[in-house]
Amino acid sequence: MSQRITIDPITRIEGHLRIDVDIDGGKVNKAWSSGQMWRGVELILLGRDPRDAWAITQRICGVCTTVHAITSVRAVENALKMEIPLNAQYIRNLIILAHSVHDSIVHFYHLSALDWVDVTSALKADPDKTAILGESLSSWHLNSKHEMRRVHERLKHFVNGGQLGIFTNGYWGHPAMKLSPEVNLLAVAHYLQALEVQRKANKIVSILGSKTPHIQNVAVGGVANPLATDSQAVLTVERLMAIKGWIDELADFVKNVYLIDVAAVGAFYPEWTAIGKGITNYLSVPDIPLDTKGTQFAFPGGFIEGGDLAKRKPITSFNDEYWIKGVEESVKHSWYNYDKAGALHPYKGETTPNYTHFKDDAKYSWMKSPTFYGKVAQVGPLARVLNGLAAGHEATTQYATATLDTVSALAKTKIGLDAMHSTIGRHAARAISCCVNVDLLADQWTALLTNMGKGDLATFNKPVFPKGEVMGVGFHEAPRGALSHWVVIDNGKIKNYQCVVPSTWNACPRNEKDEPGPYEASLLNTPIADPEKPLEVLRTIHSFDPCIACAIHLTDTVSGTAISVKAV
Amino acid sequence: MADPFHLGSHFMRAVVLGIGNTILTDEAAGVRAVEALELAFKMPAEVQLIDGGTSGMEMIEDLSNLDFLIVIDVVKTGAAAGTVVKIAGDQIPVFFRSKLSPHQIGLPDVLASLELLDTMPKEIVVLGVEPISLELGMEMTPAIAETIPQLVEMAVAELVSRGYALEPLTAQVA
Repeated sequence: MSQRITIDPITRIEGHLRIDVDIDGGKVNKAWSSGQMWRGVELILLGRDPRDAWAITQRICGVCTTVHAITSVRAVENALKMEIPLNAQYIRNLIILAHSVHDSIVHFYHLSALDWVDVTSALKADPDKTAILGESLSSWHLNSKHEMRRVHERLKHFVNGGQLGIFTNGYWGHPAMKLSPEVNLLAVAHYLQALEVQRKANKIVSILGSKTPHIQNVAVGGVANPLATDSQAVLTVERLMAIKGWIDELADFVKNVYLIDVAAVGAFYPEWTAIGKGITNYLSVPDIPLDTKGTQFAFPGGFIEGGDLAKRKPITSFNDEYWIKGVEESVKHSWYNYDKAGALHPYKGETTPNYTHFKDDAKYSWMKSPTFYGKVAQVGPLARVLNGLAAGHEATTQYATATLDTVSALAKTKIGLDAMHSTIGRHAARAISCCVNVDLLADQWTALLTNMGKGDLATFNKPVFPKGEVMGVGFHEAPRGALSHWVVIDNGKIKNYQCVVPSTWNACPRNEKDEPGPYEASLLNTPIADPEKPLEVLRTIHSFDPCIACAIHLTDTVSGTAISVKAV
Repeated sequence: MADPFHLGSHFMRAVVLGIGNTILTDEAAGVRAVEALELAFKMPAEVQLIDGGTSGMEMIEDLSNLDFLIVIDVVKTGAAAGTVVKIAGDQIPVFFRSKLSPHQIGLPDVLASLELLDTMPKEIVVLGVEPISLELGMEMTPAIAETIPQLVEMAVAELVSRGYALEPLTAQVA
C-alpha cells in the first residue's frame, strides 16, 4: 500500500511549484511535478512592436530578468538576420556571465545549502577546530580562527534572540543531516560571506546594464551603452577597471570557497552521488558569442543521449537547423488545449488555457512538456558541463577534474564521472560551471578593452523590419540551462511568441508518450526517512534550482503563503 | 550601488522601493507609483527611487545601511479593494512574516539577509493598496490607477516629514 505526499509549495524557490510523490517501502515509486501558476506573457506580446518585447519579457520573473531580455533581442535579431557589433556582444556577455555567477552563488548558499547544513549543529562547533579544518581545505583568507569565532558568536546572538527563523525552513535535527558541527559552522560562515560576495557580481550587472534589477541597456541590434575613453557619463575605462576588481574578488571566492564547499558536501554525503539521476538525455546551447554573427562561441552546446558522451551532437550557431527543428512542446498533461492532438513546434505554439484540476493520469500542470526530437531532456549546469567535457572544452575539463579529485581525497575513495549523474552532481556541475564563467568574465573584459583600444566604439546596428512575415529564435544558456524565445513577426508586429524556459524542460509534466519529466524521473527510488519531513525530496528538487515564475505565472495569491506537507 | 554619488555615510540615505509585477494588472501599482514620483519630483541626492519589480537578492546592495526605506506594494490585508494602507512600527515584522503581499518571495529574503549582514534599514514604512485584479495585463484597473497619486502623496509626506527636500517638477506634471 503506497502513501501519497503532497508538498505545496516547494519553498526557497522563485514561483509556485507543487510536488506529489507516492511512497512504497520507504522509497518514492511515482512522482508528479506541477506548476501552479499560469504564464500568459505570450498573449501580452501579440500585436506589439518586437523592439519592446525584451523589456516586457524581463518582467516574467524576478530572478531571470536579464536572461529574458538578452534572449528576446537575440530572437528578434535572428528573425531579421542581423549582425550586432562586437562591443555589444562583449557587453552582453559580461552581463550574462556576471548574472550567472551571482545566480550560482545565491542558489547554492542561500537557496539550497540549508538542505545539507544544520545551523543548530553549528552552535556546538569548536571555532578554532573549524578554522583548522577550513585552512586545510583552501587558502581562502576568511577561514581564520578570528573569523570562525566571530561567526560563532553572531550565530549564538541570532539563536538566543529567537531569530533562527531568518534561516528559513531548515529541517534542523533531521536524521538525514550528517555534517559534523565544525563543517556546519564552516558552511554557515561561508553562507554569510557569500551574502557579501554576491553583491560584487550584481554591481557588474548594474553598471553595464545601467540599472538593476531591470537592465536598461539592451536593444534589438546591440546595446545602448555609449562607449568612450574620456567622458564621465558613459562606460569609461575607470568604471571598467572597477569591474575588473570585482571580477577578481568573485574568482577568489568561487574557486577557493564555493567549489571546495560543494566538493565537501559531496564527500560527506556520498550516498547522494547515487540518488537523483533521472533523465540522462542532456541538452545545452552554445553561448558567449565571439563574433558579430553568432557562429563562434566561448562555450559549446549540444545534445547527449542516454548519458553517452561519445555520441554528442553539437549545436554550433544561432541558425543551427538541428536545434531549430528539434524542439516541440506537448500539452497532453498540461492545462492547455491545442487545436489538434500532438506536440507543436514553438513557431506554431498555442497558449489556450484549459484548467481541469489535478488529475494524476491526465492534466495536472500549467507547464507544457518540451522534447528534443521527441525525447525528454534535462537542461542546466550538468548538461552544460557534460557537453563541455564531451566537446573537450579545456576549462570545463580542468575544473571538473579538480572537483572530482577534491571529492575523492575528502571521501578517501575514488569518485568518478558517473557520480555526476545525481543530485550532488548537479550542485557540483553548477560550481564547475561557475568557475568556468568567472574565468570567461575576465576574458570578455579583456576582449572588450582590447577592441575599444583598436578604436572600435560601435555598440548598435539599427534594425529594419521587412514587409510580410519573418520568424526567428533566440537562445541563451541561462544559469538554469537552455532558454529560447521563438518569435513570428508580421509587418513589423509580433504575430506569435513562445518562451521555452529551462524550468519547463526540467519541471515539465509527462509528455505525449506519457514519459515523466526530469524532476519526476529524478525522484524515483529516493529513500524517504520521514514522510512528514520529506527533506530528501527537497534536496533533489532544489538541485535543479527551480525557477517557476518563468515557467508559468501567478494566479493564486493568498493561499501561496502557507506551506503544507500533506501525508495521506 | 550603495553609494552612487560618493556621499559618504553622514547623509541620511533613503530608498523608495516600488515592487510588483508590471504584467499582472494591479500588481504594477508599486512600480507605477515610483515612476509617478520620479516624474513629479526631483529627489535630493540621498534619496534613491527603485523599480524593484519582483526581484530579490539583487536588491541587497541598494537596501543596505539605509536610514529610511519606503516600500510601495499591493497588499492583502482583508480590507476592501482600492483601500490604501500604511503599515509601520510594530506591524512591519508581522507584515513581512505573514507575507501579505502576493509576490514576497524576494523581499522577506532580502530583509532577512540584511539582518544577517547587520545592515537593516533603520526605519521601514510600507504603503500599500488592496488590488482588484491580478490577472495578466499591462494596464491597472481604473480604480487602482486612481490611487497612484494618493500613494505618491503619502510617500512624499513621509520623506518631507523626515527632512528630505523634494523639488516639484511642475513642468512635467501635464
